[in-house]
Amino acid sequence: MSYEVELPAWAAVLTALFLLIGAGLTLIGSVGLLRLGTFYERVHAPTLGTTLGIGSILIASMLFFSVLQTRLVLHEVLIAVFMTVTTPIALILLARAALYRDRREAIEGVPPPALPPQEPSGSTVS
Amino acid sequence: MTAALLTWSIFLAQILLSLAMACAAFRLLWGPRAQDRVLGLDTFYSNACMLLLTFGIRTGSSLYFESALVIALFGFVATAALAKFLMRGEVIE
Repeated sequence: MSYEVELPAWAAVLTALFLLIGAGLTLIGSVGLLRLGTFYERVHAPTLGTTLGIGSILIASMLFFSVLQTRLVLHEVLIAVFMTVTTPIALILLARAALYRDRREAIEGVPPPALPPQEPSGSTVS
Repeated sequence: MTAALLTWSIFLAQILLSLAMACAAFRLLWGPRAQDRVLGLDTFYSNACMLLLTFGIRTGSSLYFESALVIALFGFVATAALAKFLMRGEVIE
């Protein structure tokens, strides 16, 4: 690989540091996904990777390409903004679907409703 | 020296991300219920996006960036559609 010859030392060290931080945080989040007990605990774990993990890797990528091409390369911000916006939406949709399924099947360990139960007025699925 | 440091740290980051993808794949294949599988799929997508960015740093080409963006987009669409399917039983009503 010839590109690393023209990369200064501080940029290489910072890129390596951010890459390892991001990959390590992602691994921690995925191990949490594997090890935690219930679905409602598990849904929190991968967000460690999708916020700080991908942020660190994108910082490493931006730094690397900016130093390598000697101009400001910022198009990785697109992925950062996209991930920050879409991950909570997707996971809250998934958590509501899981809550609906668990309550319909009356499985134990389901979180209780936040409001006191109102009188039944048909199926109030929003 | 610094070139070797960068090469080895990219290699280590790829190994860590592959292990993370293996954890997500385990949850995708052996999840007790359907929502666990969807959560594993979402994690798998985001880990694949990060692995593609790492490949881009390794090869020094910005071509991998577009594929990482497309993978991130597909991950959101897949998770939203599957959550809708779990909720209502069909995706497009």
